[in-house]
Amino acid sequence: MPKTVKHKFEIEHLQILDEDGNVDEKLEPKIADEDLKKIYETMVVSRVFDQKAVKMQRQGKLATFAPSTGEEAAMVASTFALRKQDWMVPSYRESPCFITRGVPLEAIYIYMKGSEEGSRGEPDAHNMPVSVPVGSQPLHAVGLGYAAKLRKKDEAALVFFGDGATSEGETLEAMNFSGAWKTPTIFLCRNNGWAISVPTTKQTAAESFAQKAIAFGIKGIQVDGNDVLAVYAATKEAIERGSKGKGATLIEAITYRMGMHTTADDPKKYRKEEEVEPWKEKDPIERFEKYLRKKKLLDDNYKEKVWAEAEEKVAAAAKKSEEFKAGHISEIFKYTFAEMPYIIKEQMDYAQKTWEEENNG
Amino acid sequence: MAEMNIVQAINNALELEMKNDESVVVLGEDVGVDGGVFRVTDGLIDKFGEERVIDSPLAEAGIVGTSVGMAINGLKPVAEMQFSGFIYPAMQEVISHAARIRNRTRGVLTCPLVVRLPYGGGIRALEHHSESMEAMFGHIQGIKTVVASNPYNAKGLLIAAIRDPDPVLYMEPKRMYRAMKQDIPDEAYTVPIGETNVVKQGDDITLVSWGAQMEVAQEAIESLGNVSVELIDVQTIYPLDYKPIVESVKKTGKCVILHEAARNFGPAGEIIALLNEHAFTSLEAPIKRVTGYNVPFPLALSENYYLPSAYRVAKAIKEVINY
Ligand SMILES: Cc1ncc(C[n+]2csc(CCOP(=O)(O)OP(=O)(O)O)c2C)c(N)n1
Ligand SMILES: [Mg+2]
Repeated sequence: MPKTVKHKFEIEHLQILDEDGNVDEKLEPKIADEDLKKIYETMVVSRVFDQKAVKMQRQGKLATFAPSTGEEAAMVASTFALRKQDWMVPSYRESPCFITRGVPLEAIYIYMKGSEEGSRGEPDAHNMPVSVPVGSQPLHAVGLGYAAKLRKKDEAALVFFGDGATSEGETLEAMNFSGAWKTPTIFLCRNNGWAISVPTTKQTAAESFAQKAIAFGIKGIQVDGNDVLAVYAATKEAIERGSKGKGATLIEAITYRMGMHTTADDPKKYRKEEEVEPWKEKDPIERFEKYLRKKKLLDDNYKEKVWAEAEEKVAAAAKKSEEFKAGHISEIFKYTFAEMPYIIKEQMDYAQKTWEEENNG
Repeated sequence: MAEMNIVQAINNALELEMKNDESVVVLGEDVGVDGGVFRVTDGLIDKFGEERVIDSPLAEAGIVGTSVGMAINGLKPVAEMQFSGFIYPAMQEVISHAARIRNRTRGVLTCPLVVRLPYGGGIRALEHHSESMEAMFGHIQGIKTVVASNPYNAKGLLIAAIRDPDPVLYMEPKRMYRAMKQDIPDEAYTVPIGETNVVKQGDDITLVSWGAQMEVAQEAIESLGNVSVELIDVQTIYPLDYKPIVESVKKTGKCVILHEAARNFGPAGEIIALLNEHAFTSLEAPIKRVTGYNVPFPLALSENYYLPSAYRVAKAIKEVINY
């Protein structure tokens, strides 16, 4: 018996806007002019916010910070495609996603300064808090989507994670669950080239991360992650697919981590500046500017205004966060359970008493 | 002799053991080219190559699970968890296999691996980077858990762990990584696993601690002036060498236990139980413990609310003495 071909698979790569700002009109998503400007403005605020955060950390005003410079298109354009009722499920690098969802800038700074107060969020905002353990949050996105389905609600969940996170078992379990349960889940893998010091070639022998979808029976696509239009279009399509009950999508967004992993990292130890250089040419904000200019939605005046306003907003938020002080010692006990058991109440009373004696005593 | 901090002492231990024994391999996230996020494995990849110093894919269950296989098949893996708070995906491999292979095969197969775990608070880190989980580790049957507190025992305990025939969780007090230096012998030496260390003799009271809290203990003792405190560094959480603690309490009649881990179901509870069993009639006052609290470890701005302080330790000592 000859061997037969059982299945053949392909992975598509989507680019709509090239590095010179040329657009493929057949693929160009319909986005209202107002919205195009909003995406641009959000990316600019994100960039300014990011660079300020690194400076603040250096001045001891933030604890640790994971910058997102260079990854704004992958984060902002995808989050922008969400409907209000959809869920945004971040890892730890997605400040731009919080910004897109309207979370106050100072809240993000306050969290990064080292207070849980900054990650309270709003009950109906459908934004999950920062998730630090790599690969732990994709399963939550699947659960969120399953719950929505069961409760007859049209809510998709968009979960962000990195190239490194695809090595964690839980990430792969999440994709498998989403396939088996046909949940409205969008897995957005930010392939930014690096997991701290480890390049993608050491993470996997696969040619792409997008192809991992094939094994789980979900849709997989690779997009130019620095192309706002491609990221937006792929996410929009994935939301529709999920919403119609047709299952989950893995989007691999090819981008690049322009900065350090976190403020605790020194990339000089493992990568050459020459590697970073070509990515400067691919800057997602500059590329989108070219597009907006061609569409007559952006001129020098507008651009200047957007950057100046971003500086102002960010400075105001930074100031608020600088004024923020640690809460009372009782705050660390209060949220452990709905009701405080007396065994913890006793610890709290002791903590309060000894802290007072030691510091005000 | 050379002056070294804890990072250098651990690095030195790894280098000596890798030279001494070709079966020793180091694996983990960023341990190779980057030399580890704390630079603990710095330079090893240049000396021993990338087959023995492995930048693994980002997966803790993968790192420890493959280490189990390596250990069974003749290697001595020294796996790094980037922070102890990220070991949880690997607990399946630690508890269900590393800890049980010897028993399951009646000693025919063994699992001599080491998992290095930077632990503890005080470095203004993100969530999950600050916990002290030795009580959980100590409660796994078939696992040895050690905690270094200074450059000397950091080197000696790690070499002992690598040479140990059983799986060892090796906890590193990351807040102390560069906080102190000591003169360290150049050659390989061991600080035996399962040996409690009486650091300082004293007559009035016994103070028991380990890891990063040893420094807080010293500070408390200094603040007390002329109280004669016997200071004990447990070093091995399990198998706990409790006899020196019992002997000490028989002499002093009083005891305070200090740990950064949360209070309830913490290691102090076990030590108190052992003293109850072996030194009850010598006790002149109830034993006190100074600990972290049973709440999620707070983010940076509030971490000092959680961490034991020299003040709290000194206060407990005075209360026990004046009982
Ligand atoms: C379970 C777990 N292991 C290790 C870490 C430490 N860590 C934080 S980010 C990171 C690399 C993640 O790389 P990638 O998934 O590519 O995301 P990126 O940081 O590039 O956005 C590592 C190893 C962690 N936070 N959680
Ligand atoms: Mg990455």
